[in-house]
Order: sequence, then C-alpha cells, then structure tokens
Amino acid sequence: MSALMQEMNAKALRLGIPLSVQLDLTYRCNERCVHCYLDHNDHGEMTTPEIRSLLDQLAEAGVFFLTMSGGEILLRKDFFDILEYARALLFCVKLKTNAILIRERQADRIRSLGVDSIQISIYSHRPEIHDAITKVPGSLWRSVDAIRFLRAQGLKVIIANVLMLQNIHDYAGVKALAADLGVEFTIDPTITPRMDGDRSILSLNINQASLREVFRDEDLVGNVEEFCAPPKQADNDDLDSLPCSAGHTACYVSPYGDVYPCVQFPLPSGNVRRTPFLDIWRHSDQLNEVRSITTRDLPSCSRCVHVVGCTRCPGLAYMEGNMRGPSSQDCEKSFAKTGIPSHNLLSRKPRWEALVHIQSAKELMTLPAISPTTAQ
Amino acid sequence: MTPKRYVARSSEIAARRLGNETMIMSGRDSTLFSLNEVATVIWEAADGLTALDEIVERRICQEFDVELGEALRDAEALAEALAGHGLFLLSDKPFQSVPALKEQT
Repeated sequence: MSALMQEMNAKALRLGIPLSVQLDLTYRCNERCVHCYLDHNDHGEMTTPEIRSLLDQLAEAGVFFLTMSGGEILLRKDFFDILEYARALLFCVKLKTNAILIRERQADRIRSLGVDSIQISIYSHRPEIHDAITKVPGSLWRSVDAIRFLRAQGLKVIIANVLMLQNIHDYAGVKALAADLGVEFTIDPTITPRMDGDRSILSLNINQASLREVFRDEDLVGNVEEFCAPPKQADNDDLDSLPCSAGHTACYVSPYGDVYPCVQFPLPSGNVRRTPFLDIWRHSDQLNEVRSITTRDLPSCSRCVHVVGCTRCPGLAYMEGNMRGPSSQDCEKSFAKTGIPSHNLLSRKPRWEALVHIQSAKELMTLPAISPTTAQ
Repeated sequence: MTPKRYVARSSEIAARRLGNETMIMSGRDSTLFSLNEVATVIWEAADGLTALDEIVERRICQEFDVELGEALRDAEALAEALAGHGLFLLSDKPFQSVPALKEQT
C-alpha cells in the first residue's frame, strides 16, 4: 500500500468515513461453484431506484472504493445502468465477476465507463478441473476469452485463484496463464463457511501440508524466509491496534440492503431499506461494538505468539461463534508459515496433535518451538 | 489582457472529499492524488463554466488570506499540473458539462 493510501486510510479512520464498500448486486449466479458461500435464490433484491438511492448515500458518506460483486453481477439486467450511475458519482469502481457473460461489447462498455479493475475467478488452467468446480462445462474458456476482450480494451484484470482440495496442484498453471494473458494473479487459500452458518464446505479447505507448501513457494510469496519468519513479540502499540478495517473504514451491503461489517463478517447491522446508510454506519450498535474491539480485547489472540503477524479474520471468528475469539483457519495459516502453534491450537490439543502428525519427524526436529516428543 | 481559462474536472477519474482534502485517482494509470484544502476549493469550483481567475477571486481570496496575483499564479500552476495528469481539462472557452460532485455530510 502506498504511503498516500495509508495516509488516506488513517484520515478516513479518524473521521469515521467508510472509504471502501462492497456492494453485492445479486446472489444469483450462472455458475454453481462447489465452495460457494451464498444462497443463489433471489429473496428480493434491491430495485434499480433503491440501488441508485443507496449509491447517492454512499457517495455522501464519503465512500471512494466501491466493489460491485455477487453472485454474478452481469445477471442483473440493469447492471450497466447501475455502473454508469456509480461512475457518474465518481466512485473508484472495482468489479468481481466470473466474466462468462463478457464479450467484446460488454468489455468495450466497461472500459468506456472507467472501471478501475475487474477481478475474475479462475480455479485451474485445466478445463476438467475448473469446469468441475464451477459445474458449468466450457466456463474456463469463456472466462479466458472474456479476459482477452477486457485486456484488448486496456483494462486491468486480476485473476483470483481460490485454492481447495480439487485444484491444489494447479496454482502454478493458473499463474502461468495469468502471465500469458498479461494480467495480475492473486491466490486465496481459504474456503469460508456459508453465510447461513453451514460449515460443511470447510471440508474443501486444503490441508496443513499443502498450506505449508504454498507458503514456501517463492514464486508466490517472494522471500520465503521473511514470509515464514518466526513471530515478533507484541508491544503496547500492537495490542492497542485494530484487528481489521471491517466496520472501521469498510463495510458490506447485500443485494437485500443488509449492512454487515464485511462480506466475510455477516453480523446484521441494519438494512438500508429501513434506515439511511449513514445512520446505520454511525449509530448501529453492532458496528459500534465491532469498533470498540482492539487486539488487547481478544482473550485468546492477545496472549498468542502470533498476535503481531497473524491474518486473523474477525468475521471468520464471528462465524466460529465469537467475534473476539480466534479464527482457526488463520491459526492454521500462522502454524503453516512458522511451525509454531497458536494459543488457540494449543488449547485444542487433539486438533493440534492432528496437525503435527502430518509432518515428518525430520521436519519437527527443525522447528524451534516444538520438540519431537511434543508430537508423540 | 490575459485570455480567460476555464477548468473542468475530467470524467476519467474517481474522486471523493475526505474532510477538507480531496482524494483523486487517475483513470489513466490508477495513480492516487491528494489535494489540500485550497486546491480542493478550486477542484470543486471547476465546473467548466467559471473562469479560473473568477474562482480565485471569488473563492480563494475570499476564504484564504492571500493576494490575488500570487493566488492566480498558484492556481494556474495547479491547473496545469492536474491537466498534465489527466485530472483537469483546460480550455479558453466554457465547457458543456462536467461530472457532478457528491460531498459527505
């Protein structure tokens, strides 16, 4: 992040401005991805006038970055009307899409409306893997064609590669595909629970051994030694820090007008159909509770060796049952990086032992905080 | 007599008021800019219809303790710099229309 962006974020935090908002335009989708966290039935999406009113309110609230996502955004017949309206309000618009409905005409329109970037999910460079995940035959090549159309317009495209059991061996191929297409590549090794609380899809998460492999791939993480360095000791500033931007300078609005701190943090905080956005943003008890939490207030995490460098997601913690609790998936990431178990993993010994057993005895000998006997 | 110059905000940008400053992102290369309080006044007044010297005289000299000639030179330099980054359009004639601005309340 640039120094200026950091300064803007700090100012937005000080002034209580929601600098970034993700607005999901629909949960309907033309793919049926095996790991998706959404209910694709339409339970009463906001109408075009409702969304225009919301965009007016977001602009007045000071929102600068507006991410439009779904579901598949292009399934909304009024998508380009909404996009045009948003750009007229001078939002920096980012799109998340599977892109299979984007052909030359749509790519041209997206360029003419001045979209900042388009993030497209690609799961594998092999159709048999990608299409099996999306459950739509031909979806890989349609998405890749769309990327070419967007690139031909000079647009910034980012391939997002979500890792799961089905495609764990393909990220290098997707990265090479991104390079061939001249687009950015980002990887996400986290499958999140469904928004309705169903955690069954977590079984698709890659295992600890694969996570360790990913975190030690210098093509992905750069300097492995630095990325997987032992945790730093926390000082008072670290403990007084905020766990995440969710609810502080960022929030999420669902297609039904529900406001949450983040798309991964489904804490109902109000609905823009009943309450003006700014009233929700400023006065919601739920958002104010989220804002009141510093790292020091996290009973387990504040005592954890990983407290400084951990990627703890408060939304995932909330979905585990306690927004002040640990996010176990991030505990596992910290463990995969450093070989040092988190406070949370240590307190859940059976699970922690299962994690350790997948490593060889030779590996264990090299881990600074673990003796071989610990794992037996 | 110096010819009138008209300034208009480009539509190829993203922009938002942040307190008394304005953050702007260039659509050309996603570079981020921050305008201070004085530059923000000029930015918001750049409706394409009001000449730059009128903006300086009516807004800058009224709201800030600055002499007209000096303020005009600074405003000209700012307009040139922003135009160089594709954020402003400059013309010796008024523009037809410019993007609306929304300010946070």
